[in-house]
Amino acid sequence: MGSLQLKSVRKSFGNVDVIKGIDLDVKDGEFVIFVGPSGCGKSTLLRIIAGLEDATSGSITIDGTEVVTVPPAKRGIAMVFQSYALYPHLTVKDNMGLGLKQAGAPKDEIEKRVAKASAMLSLEKYLARRPAELSGGQRQRVAIGRAIVREPKLFLFDEPLSNLDAALRVNTRLEIARLHRDLKATMIYVTHDQVEAMTLADKIVVLDAGVIQQVGSPMELYNKPANLFVAGFIGSPGMNFIEASRLGITDAKTFGVRPEHIALSRDGGDWQAKAVHVEHLGADTIVYLESDKVGAFTVRLFGEHHYAPGDAVYATPSSGQTHRFDANGQAIR
Amino acid sequence: MSKARASLTRTSLVHLALISYAIISVFPVFLTLINSMKDRNAIFRNPMQLPSPKTFDLVGYYTVLGQGDFATYFQNSFIVTVASIALVLLFGAMAAFALSEYRFRGNTLMGLYLAIGIMIPIRLGTVAILQGMVATGLVNTLTALVLVYTAQGIPLAVFILSEFMRTVSDDLKNAGRIDGLSEYAIFFRLVLPLVRPAMATVAVFTMIPIWNDLWFPLILAPSEATKTVTLGSQIFIGQFVTNWNAVLAALSLAIFPVLVLYLVFSRQLIRGITSGAVK
Ligand SMILES: Nc1ncnc2c1ncn2[C@@H]1O[C@H](COP(=O)(O)OP(=O)(O)OP(=O)(O)O)[C@@H](O)[C@H]1O
Ligand SMILES: [Mg+2]
Repeated sequence: MGSLQLKSVRKSFGNVDVIKGIDLDVKDGEFVIFVGPSGCGKSTLLRIIAGLEDATSGSITIDGTEVVTVPPAKRGIAMVFQSYALYPHLTVKDNMGLGLKQAGAPKDEIEKRVAKASAMLSLEKYLARRPAELSGGQRQRVAIGRAIVREPKLFLFDEPLSNLDAALRVNTRLEIARLHRDLKATMIYVTHDQVEAMTLADKIVVLDAGVIQQVGSPMELYNKPANLFVAGFIGSPGMNFIEASRLGITDAKTFGVRPEHIALSRDGGDWQAKAVHVEHLGADTIVYLESDKVGAFTVRLFGEHHYAPGDAVYATPSSGQTHRFDANGQAIR
Repeated sequence: MSKARASLTRTSLVHLALISYAIISVFPVFLTLINSMKDRNAIFRNPMQLPSPKTFDLVGYYTVLGQGDFATYFQNSFIVTVASIALVLLFGAMAAFALSEYRFRGNTLMGLYLAIGIMIPIRLGTVAILQGMVATGLVNTLTALVLVYTAQGIPLAVFILSEFMRTVSDDLKNAGRIDGLSEYAIFFRLVLPLVRPAMATVAVFTMIPIWNDLWFPLILAPSEATKTVTLGSQIFIGQFVTNWNAVLAALSLAIFPVLVLYLVFSRQLIRGITSGAVK
């Protein structure tokens, strides 16, 4: 229960194509994350899956049933919105129970499920309150609770954490990870946040301009990006891209290496460079360098290192952890 | 609004302007009220004077209330106003919701068409309206007035309400759709409560011209049974003699129902339950 198939799903607003043919297979119980730059169509795709927006063409199958003509409430989904979207005039309890009530579930069943969900999210104390009387984090938990109560085949999250502050975001992220383990439900989650994507996902879908760039587990995307876009998008600070001709490589257009896969030394190495700026983060030291040979690049060192702007250093990319891309930006393996 | 360093002169100038405007607005009402309680001579000799024991006289009120039919006139005015407001709000809000929520062919055109009604006074169509009412046998009924006032009020209502409805969060409506609310439930249970302040504004703007209107009652419903207060008061204004006591008393009495309605709506204006809905 809870698989999803998209087949050549397209969406245009007027003559603007927003989703340009998406094929995707989500297995039961998977945690799938959509990432991509702002405006690439993540929310639109999620709304199409939910049935809040009609696809211009293509087919959507939930659990083996074609749902293109099924209204949102009957698709067996629940959605958590970035803006919480709680009903302002209802108490927390009624907010969570409304979906079941509309579906005609018996009262004690609603009661039971609300109690269970609020226990999972430690919301018992707030059941009688209105949304206006809750903090942002509590509101988002209520919104998640409202989704859980419906016991859907498919959970849809649209940037659920982006309105929360950093500490709360970490807590809620852990909570969502725990929920996924406990409920074993299929979840589709949209986010901007790399950390959320890498930590929560079984499978990440990288979107750009309405097209899937790559689908894979977090480590696949990190270690084997399919193209320049994915290579640059996954990882922070982003991968260093160097024109291959500068390094004397003839069978590729672009050479890529992640900042954490470059070693620095004062004594000797492949590329002679000068430190331009250094950021000390405690756990990491990030060094920005300039080199005559390869241009500007970034190096990330673990732990504390005492480099200062102006220092002359040598950088050496670690072999086996470099990437090469052809003229079309596709990775060469 | 209280900026830390809002200059005192600035604030006092603003207040001065507001206070003078308030005085200018309230003064005629005040004058009507005090003169309605004076005898005829005093009204003309010292119109600005407050009623004193010597000039105090409720003869105007006796005349008006003794006339008997005035209760009916009040009732008519009240029914017409309340029914029209209710219809304007209902249909105006529904049209506004459709225009702001759904993408369909001709959406913008329909919006413009409705907005034209704000610019063209409905009185231009009086002859056609009268012919229509005669044809449908609605002359001298309150229904005729309610229909005309509803038509008159809807354009502004749609205009104001559709602007407000655009501000209601899409996520909230979508959450309702996922929870299985029908479009009607979304409209009545989610959107309407959130635009209540706007509805109150529209109600107030719609109410005053309807209550004060003389034109349509005179043309469409001048019969004794359907007279409104404004029309009813006209019997005291003669071609040669005007019973000023009665006119002023009738006008003073006419203020109160509309004042009550206003207070009801303005409470809604202030009360807001939007906070906490979305972020
Ligand atoms: N109702 C609409 N009418 C026209 N264009 C729209 C509509 N909704 C979205 N778009 C366009 O579709 C594109 C994708 O929007 P979408 O909201 O899916 O982006 P997103 O990937 O979720 O971005 P973000 O990360 O900023 O939320 C955008 O370019 C947007 O302008
Ligand atoms: Mg979005």
